[in-house]
Amino acid sequence: MQKIGVFVCHCGTNIAGTVDVHAVAEALKEEPGVVFSADYPYMCSEAGQNMIKDAIRDYQLTGAVICSCSPRMHEATFRKAATSAGLNPYLVEIANIREQCSWIHKDMPTATEKAIILGKAAIAKVHLNAPLTAGESPVTKRALVIRGGIAGIQTALDIAEAGFPVDIVEKQPTIGGKMTQLDKTFPTLDCAACILTPKMVDCAQNENIKIYSYSEVTDVKGFVGNFRVTIKRKARYVDETKCTGCGICTEKCPMKKVPNEFNLGMNNRTAVYIPFAQAVPKVATIDPEHCNMLKNGKCGVCAKVCTAGAIDYKQKDEFIEQEYGAIVVATGYNPIKLDRYDEFAYSQSKDVITSLEFERLTNAAGPTSGQLLRPSDGKHPHTIVFVQCVGSRDTSGCGKEYCSKICCMYTAKHAMLTREKYPDTDVYVFYIDVRTPGKNFDEFYRRAVEEYGVHYIKGMVGKVAPRADGTLLVQASDLISNEQLKINADLVVLAAAIEPDKTARPLATMLTASMDTNDFFTEAHPKLRPVESPTAGIFLSGTCQGPKDIPETVSQASAAAAKVIGLLVKDKLTCNPCVAHSDEWMCNGCSSCEKVCPYGAITYSDKEFKMPDRTIAIRRVASVNEAVCQGCGACTVACPSGAMDLKGFSNRQIMAEVDAICK
Amino acid sequence: MQRELIERAKQLLADGTVSRVMGWKAGEFGYDMTPAVFASSEELEKDFRYDDFCEANLSKYMIKESRKEGKILVFLKPCDTYSFNELLKEHRILRENVYVIGVPCTGKVNANAIRSRGIHGITGMSCDGETVTVSTLYGEETVPKNEAMAERCQNCKSKKHVIYDELFGEEGEVTGAPRFRMVEKLESMTPDQRFSFWRKELSRCIRCNACRNVCPACSCEKCVFDNDASGVANKAAADSFEENMFHIIRAFHVAGRCTDCGECSRVCPQNIPLHLLNRKFIKDINELYGEYQAGEDLETKCPLTDYTKDDAEPSIIYQRGGNR
Amino acid sequence: MQVNNEFKPKIIAFCCNWCSYAGADLAGTNRLNYPADVKIIRVPCSCRINPMFILRAFQRGADGVILCGCHPGDCHYTSGNYFARRRMTLLFSMLDYLGIEKERTRVEWVSAAEGAKFAATMNEFVETVTKLGENKRLEDLRCKEN
Repeated sequence: MQKIGVFVCHCGTNIAGTVDVHAVAEALKEEPGVVFSADYPYMCSEAGQNMIKDAIRDYQLTGAVICSCSPRMHEATFRKAATSAGLNPYLVEIANIREQCSWIHKDMPTATEKAIILGKAAIAKVHLNAPLTAGESPVTKRALVIRGGIAGIQTALDIAEAGFPVDIVEKQPTIGGKMTQLDKTFPTLDCAACILTPKMVDCAQNENIKIYSYSEVTDVKGFVGNFRVTIKRKARYVDETKCTGCGICTEKCPMKKVPNEFNLGMNNRTAVYIPFAQAVPKVATIDPEHCNMLKNGKCGVCAKVCTAGAIDYKQKDEFIEQEYGAIVVATGYNPIKLDRYDEFAYSQSKDVITSLEFERLTNAAGPTSGQLLRPSDGKHPHTIVFVQCVGSRDTSGCGKEYCSKICCMYTAKHAMLTREKYPDTDVYVFYIDVRTPGKNFDEFYRRAVEEYGVHYIKGMVGKVAPRADGTLLVQASDLISNEQLKINADLVVLAAAIEPDKTARPLATMLTASMDTNDFFTEAHPKLRPVESPTAGIFLSGTCQGPKDIPETVSQASAAAAKVIGLLVKDKLTCNPCVAHSDEWMCNGCSSCEKVCPYGAITYSDKEFKMPDRTIAIRRVASVNEAVCQGCGACTVACPSGAMDLKGFSNRQIMAEVDAICK
Repeated sequence: MQRELIERAKQLLADGTVSRVMGWKAGEFGYDMTPAVFASSEELEKDFRYDDFCEANLSKYMIKESRKEGKILVFLKPCDTYSFNELLKEHRILRENVYVIGVPCTGKVNANAIRSRGIHGITGMSCDGETVTVSTLYGEETVPKNEAMAERCQNCKSKKHVIYDELFGEEGEVTGAPRFRMVEKLESMTPDQRFSFWRKELSRCIRCNACRNVCPACSCEKCVFDNDASGVANKAAADSFEENMFHIIRAFHVAGRCTDCGECSRVCPQNIPLHLLNRKFIKDINELYGEYQAGEDLETKCPLTDYTKDDAEPSIIYQRGGNR
Repeated sequence: MQVNNEFKPKIIAFCCNWCSYAGADLAGTNRLNYPADVKIIRVPCSCRINPMFILRAFQRGADGVILCGCHPGDCHYTSGNYFARRRMTLLFSMLDYLGIEKERTRVEWVSAAEGAKFAATMNEFVETVTKLGENKRLEDLRCKEN
């Protein structure tokens, strides 16, 4: 037998000015199950709350309806009051008679009538409310950061500083990411290595950080606070614990013709290699595709010269399983492939390069030791054309529709540095728009134009054609003077669009984290929760979420770390009890619900059932992980049998409201 | 064909590949072939039939049969394989317990199609592949086979078996027949005309649940209409709204999963063209979200559990099709 | 038409908790008037709305049903409104196919900041449904005694 209390708030005159609150309380008293109904000037005041608490105790209420302001305002207040009087908070419902009634209607009879109907709907719902208890789940106090570029490094350092253990899983033999390949950084022009490598070393030295380099995440199970992750440690054929990074193996290795990926293939490395001098961990790796010993057993030089005895040709891939409370994705970006942009002759001429290749050409550790030389003949270029937006803001279908965000600034940097070092060089930049909305960014760009005399031309390059004399004929349009331009260039630099790393998509599937059509990870809210994935416990750091420059990446990385720390300091997580629930007896096992769940909260398993005819049947049924479910209800409609329902907003509750309103 | 199928089934029973065979046998009337399970060569020899009258889609039976002890052999016509595949996709059938033999189909004779030509008092029928000879209380009539078939066979969507372990006859093709003509015709009517059309059709519903029971997509462990806790339970419709609600909800529940096998209309004792509801959803899905054939494969996502960011807005229905 | 016989439609608005319900609250805070015929039912997300709820509303005498959710792309649960969009498009198209006036059903995306849009939408919807008059077609379907 239900005993429901109804409490009608005047909200001063906010409600009582338009709604006859007394009449509402009287009318609702007549509803089935209502044993107490009263009105009061301010229900949210202490006296008002005491009135609710007293009624709950005196009448042993099984449910309460508060006719007041929006539940978005005071639902929590009244639920708390009910709890303190011994009533389950989820047996309290709010009828919104202020925002959705008294404030929008002027005529008292109309508003009163509507308030009564809203009250009846809430009563009808409360009749079907069930007491709900928020579950708890423990938190594993360890974080995983996937990829160790500047984003991953910053996140890991911040988490470690707060005292939590954190693991970095990096696919490459070293952490550092794209930033290690850059020369200078805008807008301050400080050297990338100078600011990055100390952080890399910090990571290696921090007791709370463990780096799994040359490793990949292959499986993720579990949910927020309780992830179980499988990490594949690829065989590097060098014992990390023994290798001192002395580099003698790399000097002696006879296989010296392997394209060096660190310099984007612009020079060669050996089959056993350390990517660059400041690599962390500074450990050699043998490239099995090129090592003669691993390919045909004929060599073994590195093992002979290694005084530490670190070379191990028999090393195998190793799989380790580790538990984490939170996972940070920092998979970063790559420039797009330019094979669809034939008009720029990228594949035809060595002197058409990408901006990242330009970085290597101007870097002291690069293939030319920092001398800006044409890749084709090693001569100084005298005319350089930079082409912006190659594949960015491209709606033709070849490239990316989005703006890659960093190109305007790094091109200004490249142009400026070129003019500074080689004042005899003519530098042209073709652009659609110049976008410089960062701190000190526009000032930087203006310096390039005003102080360094870079020729900025609004317009697109139509064609780059290699000529017989080794120069490049650049045909372009100048949209401002409305003329066609032909420039004989020695070097053309293409600002290729950036795209998420290819490993991001399969990773997103493993994490059940959503992605947009461009394969950037989706944030939980574009404005208010920018570093969290909608999947609880998964956080986003850096360009995996969208194009970003270094300052922005680092701020987001620290923000993600703050969120992770906020999670890891908790011993237990309280779950929202208004979650989906599957009735196993009705479940068909069809997987429809699983397919619409944005959180991966639904899993299927084969279970034994004692059937009514006393046989045992094994049935595939869905179950909801209450710690992961956020209670959207998408599954409840996808489920044809109605086995899936949502606590707090059940099919019957909503239909009871419908019925009450339509009566 | 029937002989070959019996021989093959006997072989598979004999070598232990399967322990049961699902096929058709003659029903109450000689021309009404009904689904049946055979456990021995003798039973097969005695009762197994495969001819121009074997209309029933056997795939739904596999939900229960595949969970029994031992493997079962099932004969599936091309359109039945789509239902089978869709059920597999929804994890309803244990594939390893079913041996599928694809059987060719040139369309099946439908008694209602013959009755609709004004032929009544049917006592027996035979078909030589071209012509159906109908014996009636009033004498013998002949009907060309292609005119004696139900609409679903006249507008056959596919002669291709999308799944099988073994195939009899040639691999068929997806035909792409113009099966949406009636839906289009309804769409081009005024709402009043559409309303009276459906009023006339749906008001005949006696809620026998035959459509639901035969439908391979309607295979819920417990139907919402039988579940008191669902809030919509009703055994028999209390008013005609509930009749409509039943059919709308049923069509919605199978939307994106219905392979358009047409069994619902075939079994309806009141001859309500129920497939026109399902086809409306199929047509809308094809037009709005791209061509989709349920059961065609095991991978493609069902359009109702999928989306794109630039899907049409619901207001599209104000602009398209149908007169006002 | 006599004043006391003036037709007042029954309208149910399903609003998602995060955007549209907040938008409705904002309409209230800004004192933007819309007819009292509209009654709001709060649901966590537009994807929670089962076609059964809509049919039930019509069955029990509603003259119009409107569903409000976050704008596509802004769903609190990232994808809920995309599923709702497909479901409702198909359902409403089906109702239209059955000859039920399509103007009685509607989906509108209303953000938490769009109080004015919420009020305007409701005014417009009530006007449309009022013009259509009582839900005769579904009444016929219900075989209601006069």
